[in-house]
Amino acid sequence: MKTRYETVIGLEVHVQLTTASKIFCGCSTAFGQSPNSQTCPVCLGLPGALPVLNQEVVNAAIKTGLATNCRIAPYSIFARKNYFYPDLPKGYQISQFELPICEQGWLDISGEELADKRVGITRIHMEEDAGKLLHDSAGGSLVDLNRACTPLLEVVSEPDMRSAAEAIAYLKQLHQIVVYLGVCDGNMEEGSFRCDANVSVRPFGQTEFGIRAEVKNLNSFRFIKQAIDYEVERQIELIEEGGKVVQETRLFDPDAGVTRSMRGKEQAHDYRYFPDPDLLPLEVSDAWIAEIRAALPELPTQKRQRYEEELGLPAYDASVLSAERPLAEYFEALVARHNNPKLCSNWVMGEVLGAIKENDVTISACPVTPELLAGILQRIEDNTISGKIAKTVFSDIWQTGKSADEIIAEKGLKQVTDTGALDAIIDEVIAANPTEVAEYRGGKDKLMGFFVGQVMKASKGKANPGLVNKLLKERLSA
Amino acid sequence: MKITEEDVTYVAGLARLSLTPEELQTMTGQMDAILDYVDKLNELNTDDIVPTAHAVPMANAFRADQVRPSIGVTSALANAPQEVDNCFQVPRVIE
Repeated sequence: MKTRYETVIGLEVHVQLTTASKIFCGCSTAFGQSPNSQTCPVCLGLPGALPVLNQEVVNAAIKTGLATNCRIAPYSIFARKNYFYPDLPKGYQISQFELPICEQGWLDISGEELADKRVGITRIHMEEDAGKLLHDSAGGSLVDLNRACTPLLEVVSEPDMRSAAEAIAYLKQLHQIVVYLGVCDGNMEEGSFRCDANVSVRPFGQTEFGIRAEVKNLNSFRFIKQAIDYEVERQIELIEEGGKVVQETRLFDPDAGVTRSMRGKEQAHDYRYFPDPDLLPLEVSDAWIAEIRAALPELPTQKRQRYEEELGLPAYDASVLSAERPLAEYFEALVARHNNPKLCSNWVMGEVLGAIKENDVTISACPVTPELLAGILQRIEDNTISGKIAKTVFSDIWQTGKSADEIIAEKGLKQVTDTGALDAIIDEVIAANPTEVAEYRGGKDKLMGFFVGQVMKASKGKANPGLVNKLLKERLSA
Repeated sequence: MKITEEDVTYVAGLARLSLTPEELQTMTGQMDAILDYVDKLNELNTDDIVPTAHAVPMANAFRADQVRPSIGVTSALANAPQEVDNCFQVPRVIE
């Protein structure tokens, strides 16, 4: 029954920028400081204080616009959005309304169990954040204005998504891009990347959209999925029961996993936008755009594609390695030193990711640097050590910071490739296991594994497995 | 009359103003007169004029992204009618 309905989702994402100072004043944007310690006449909204635009905010907006295929407006203006709320000291928020800085962009999304799809971006504009309200005091609400005037980009998508999975794919990609660009720290728990979802349903085949609800308070990918799924189900049930969806703002309650109407607080929104006379128009020249475009880093989608096409990596490897910029940079530094992308990829995705997770460090703080890891890989490929011994070398480097060659020399881990030495060990193994030797010679081929294992064990892992195999075969068939 | 008393009541509501019946009447008349005056602009031909967002023919005033000292919590709260734990205290806001 539910499949008769199509879900329509549009997303508004607020991206908090990583500038050191606020958008219109010099106060610090550092998170978690004592209340109202990072305020001044501008962000307190004191009479006569004048805002001046932080140029780095414009740079961040242009970067994000270019990375999401937007048109960068040569001329844009700031507007006042007027409403009263205790966290908004001026009685208006400085934002952009007509003439935002970026328009008409798109992102291509893809993923497991998702058809490739282009999601339109209507606009990206710059604005200031509001302060923070604390509700736990007995007598009233408390206002902390440290966050007031913190720079935000609002990224508004077209209503192009048709499932929670598509919405998540879009959000993850946008998140990846702003973090790659370095314009946002991406910390969703601290609210650096937050999302409102406009959700509606309509019978398949209907061209006009259904009435939408706007769901707020979505600060993790998991909550966004839960909230959308809940909302879709709620709306379909409502319609099936003969009811009507009303246009309203709903708050997601993560504890209960439901969305709730905020109607109590809702009033007719009439923001009376008008151009802010305190701020001059913004003109962005082609030269400015070109300069930023030239300095853009390679983005995750481009990296993924390059890893597949030029380095010949499987799609899975390419997507894991390109997901985060520091990881991609580690991998690329490694490949630059050891030109065997697949071997590099296996080690980064295996040992390196495993070890940093186990030790709870970031990839940038990984004590086995790309140089040191390249040292291990060289010794695997020139048969000095086996892959198995290499793992021991890796953990020794992790502990000591020494080079692979130092550790191999100190611990005597060099593979035994001297046939004379191996012959002696093989003699011992054959002498010690007469029953198995007889069975093998009687046709039980799979005992070969047993013999190889015994020889490897006797050599403390240092024998070259390929050579052991070859020598054993010769000796046992004799 | 371009402006009705309903318009003025609505705008007053948005601005959190309460007006006496006399004030409502006065304001309605005054706002109507202001709009009449602004209507004079319609006598001009503005076909080739781009919408004006700012009265000064300038663009691009920026500051560098540098942190400057804040005024400190004592000064910030100096005019607060009520303060608790370094915060402004306001009547409880319904969530």
